[in-house]
Amino acid sequence: MFSPARAWREFPQRYRLEAEKCASCGAIHYPPRLVCAECGAREFTAVVLPRDGKVVTFTIVRVPPAGFTEQSPLSIALVELSNGVRIMVQIGDVEDPESIEIGMPVRLEFRRVSSDGEAGVIFYGHKAVRAAS
Amino acid sequence: MRDVAVVGIGMTSFGELWRTPLRSLWAEAALAALDDAGLDSVDLITIGCMSSGLFTGQEHLASLLADELGMAGVPAARVESACASGGLAVRTGFAEVASGLSDTVLVTGVEKMTDVDGADSTYALGTAADAEWEGFHGITFPGLYAMLARVHMQQYGTTREQLAMVAVKNHANGLLNRHAQYHLKVDVEGVLGSTLVADPLRLFDCSPVTDGAAAVVLTTVERARELQPDRPPVVITGSGLATDTITIANRGSLAALNAVKLAGERAYAMAGRTPEDIHLAEVHDCFTIAEIMATEALGFFEPGQGGPAVENGLTALGGKIPVNTSGGLKSKGHPVGATGVAQVFEITNQLRGEAGQRQVEGARIGMAQNMGGSGGSSVVHILEVV
Repeated sequence: MFSPARAWREFPQRYRLEAEKCASCGAIHYPPRLVCAECGAREFTAVVLPRDGKVVTFTIVRVPPAGFTEQSPLSIALVELSNGVRIMVQIGDVEDPESIEIGMPVRLEFRRVSSDGEAGVIFYGHKAVRAAS
Repeated sequence: MRDVAVVGIGMTSFGELWRTPLRSLWAEAALAALDDAGLDSVDLITIGCMSSGLFTGQEHLASLLADELGMAGVPAARVESACASGGLAVRTGFAEVASGLSDTVLVTGVEKMTDVDGADSTYALGTAADAEWEGFHGITFPGLYAMLARVHMQQYGTTREQLAMVAVKNHANGLLNRHAQYHLKVDVEGVLGSTLVADPLRLFDCSPVTDGAAAVVLTTVERARELQPDRPPVVITGSGLATDTITIANRGSLAALNAVKLAGERAYAMAGRTPEDIHLAEVHDCFTIAEIMATEALGFFEPGQGGPAVENGLTALGGKIPVNTSGGLKSKGHPVGATGVAQVFEITNQLRGEAGQRQVEGARIGMAQNMGGSGGSSVVHILEVV
């Protein structure tokens, strides 16, 4: 589950937001796939996701799973980035979770995501923070 | 294909059954179904179970459970599709009998969920989402359905009160079911006053953590008539199975459950039926919003009309199409792998006319809809008395 090998192999996506663009239809896949889910093509070029987007939907998790109990409540959103790719991320730096709303502009920032897993690894990735509209 | 009948049903009471291990829960339901069918041997056992490994530390249920019944040697297969594992076990047994590969199949579902604490059960259930790209960020199942609920409410005007009314209805039905985990009357104020779990969903919008098992015996219609000459056979006339993207990030619409729609369409096509033909349905109300979205996806109501339907009593006992007469996952309980089989138990019981105080008068055609994850998979069966 939360192993050093997994953390390591996910560095390109977690740390650098690397995605792949289908050479045939242009669909962008994050994480990368071996076959385009839109057109079935198998050739891709590497792209980096933009960091600006808006909240599509969100929730405030008050009963978090193992590994996140220290961070409760946990604000989590589905964010649509400016290139149309949707990713799930925590919303960081929220003093009042009730102030989050659909359509809120956000910016992705590099953050520590979860407390040490069973292997003692610290998991980093991106969280969304409120951006000026 | 051969016509397939349900010839035996059995289930445990659902609840926090701390005294009972998984194998005994399972055997109790299996024996009840075999006794109901009048059989002491079968050609195959199918087992729906989501995560006995994470919940109890036990895998290899096919061997464990065939052995538990004194049937070591009999073919057995565990199938998994998260919370739709039970429905998938039914589908697998149906396919075996329909194809002629087996003549009698003991279809079972089981989950033992209370051997771990709340954080670990939340984690185990969360593995039905995309563990690497959703679970990584700490999202939970209530959280995913909360996200869907928020979109449904914004897009269609579904109200917080309408969500609560699903719980009120299903708890009222559960009062009439001796197998239900909760015999508890709740009102809208009670739901709206319960603890927030994942905004906007509250504790009483959520199905519980449950131990339990259910079983049904499937065979050919001819064999069913031989075994039970005095009972009209309950036949599975339609079976539909479908998937959707596992992550909600990749869905075209967050206000609809496409796997449920597809599985429903496939079951309707096989049975030659339409939504108007269905007299009652058990649908997968793991959360209140899920029942509303399922009743829309199955075509009982137009998109966006699932909320008004429950508000107007259309899905209550005595309504246009009673939904979750058993109490549903909400009140009966949700031992995830057992749920899809328990739904077929309820529909069969209703079509036999043996559902007691919650009997739907004149019920001849029923539906069972089971769902995995946040709608990433769904299984739909249509059953009819012939």
